[in-house]
Amino acid sequence: MNTQLAAYSTSTGEAVQFWILGTVAVIGALCTVFMKKAVHSALCLAGTMIVLAVFYLANGAYFLGIVQIVVYTGAIMMLFLFVVMLVGVTAADSLKETIEGQRRLALVSGLGFGILLIAGIGNASVTEFTGLAQANANGNVEGIASLIFTKYVFAFEITGALLITAAVGAMVLTHRERTERARTQRELSEQRVRDGKYLPPLPAPGVYARHNAVDIAGLLPDGTPSELTVSKTLRERGQIRDVSMEALGDLKALEQRAEERLERKAVGPAGSGRSEEASK
Amino acid sequence: MNPVNYLYLAALLFTIGATGVLIRRNAIVVFMCVELMLNACNLAFVAFSRLHGNLDGQIIAFFTMVVAAAEVVVGLAIIVSLFRSRHSASVDDASLMKL
Repeated sequence: MNTQLAAYSTSTGEAVQFWILGTVAVIGALCTVFMKKAVHSALCLAGTMIVLAVFYLANGAYFLGIVQIVVYTGAIMMLFLFVVMLVGVTAADSLKETIEGQRRLALVSGLGFGILLIAGIGNASVTEFTGLAQANANGNVEGIASLIFTKYVFAFEITGALLITAAVGAMVLTHRERTERARTQRELSEQRVRDGKYLPPLPAPGVYARHNAVDIAGLLPDGTPSELTVSKTLRERGQIRDVSMEALGDLKALEQRAEERLERKAVGPAGSGRSEEASK
Repeated sequence: MNPVNYLYLAALLFTIGATGVLIRRNAIVVFMCVELMLNACNLAFVAFSRLHGNLDGQIIAFFTMVVAAAEVVVGLAIIVSLFRSRHSASVDDASLMKL
């Protein structure tokens, strides 16, 4: 890029890129805040971070752009997704406001804060900029390395200590010491007999011959679904499919088709219309 | 286009993140909004680095990233252990020091 030209405005290509990707970044950020499910928020945030990586590259921060993709979208967002999978079983966000009017006040103060920040930037009269052509002359990575290992070397070493502390801290926080011995299968079965609750193995899910998926509760003799047949995790997530009504509907359709095939007169008005069509 | 527009974008993203922290109840989403704010600051640092023509801004952004990584590890560990003791990731439920 010509340094003379770069002093007042960027290239048209970069402007186009900024306006298109900037819109994507803002939409992604808004979706992060307003999506109901934590997984969707995480994916939108990952999109925003990738867009920011492109902006870093456009601003001449080649090293940071790659690090952003590797560390943020690669490591941190995947860590978020892991925790969402661990914790998110009952991740429904409560809509009840603990403090009355808090949401509205938060929106208003957020708006005010945004106006304040943007007006502050608008007040600063910046018409020309230096550009990184000179600083990046020997390569961006070399430039950053020469600064990190001379001027910022102490902060860099402290960072190492911080990372080790964080790793140890995470292990301490999530590690659970087992205070009592795990019960064996024999003890568990004896416990069940003593309680007299449910002795045989749990019934299998699925309605045989029509469905056999694990999320479909098996039907009891009277046609009601039995919750006992579905795995506990699915029960907690509320992901049980109830097909007891479906089976009756299928049966009804089957009977109607048989009647049409045999050209019998059906009793209902809808059935008679169908049989006329079939006779044509 | 003047690179100051990157600063406007950073301010906008920071505001959205801050509003999200205030609005949302789910601890994980609140944490994601904090990450969004950190990223907005990084964008501002990188843009300033270009405006001033030296690499110090990029180095600060790099350190921010490292600290954010450490923060995410510890924060998510806290959320997981909170969820284990309370069976909920809502920030409202963590209002007591003890169970």
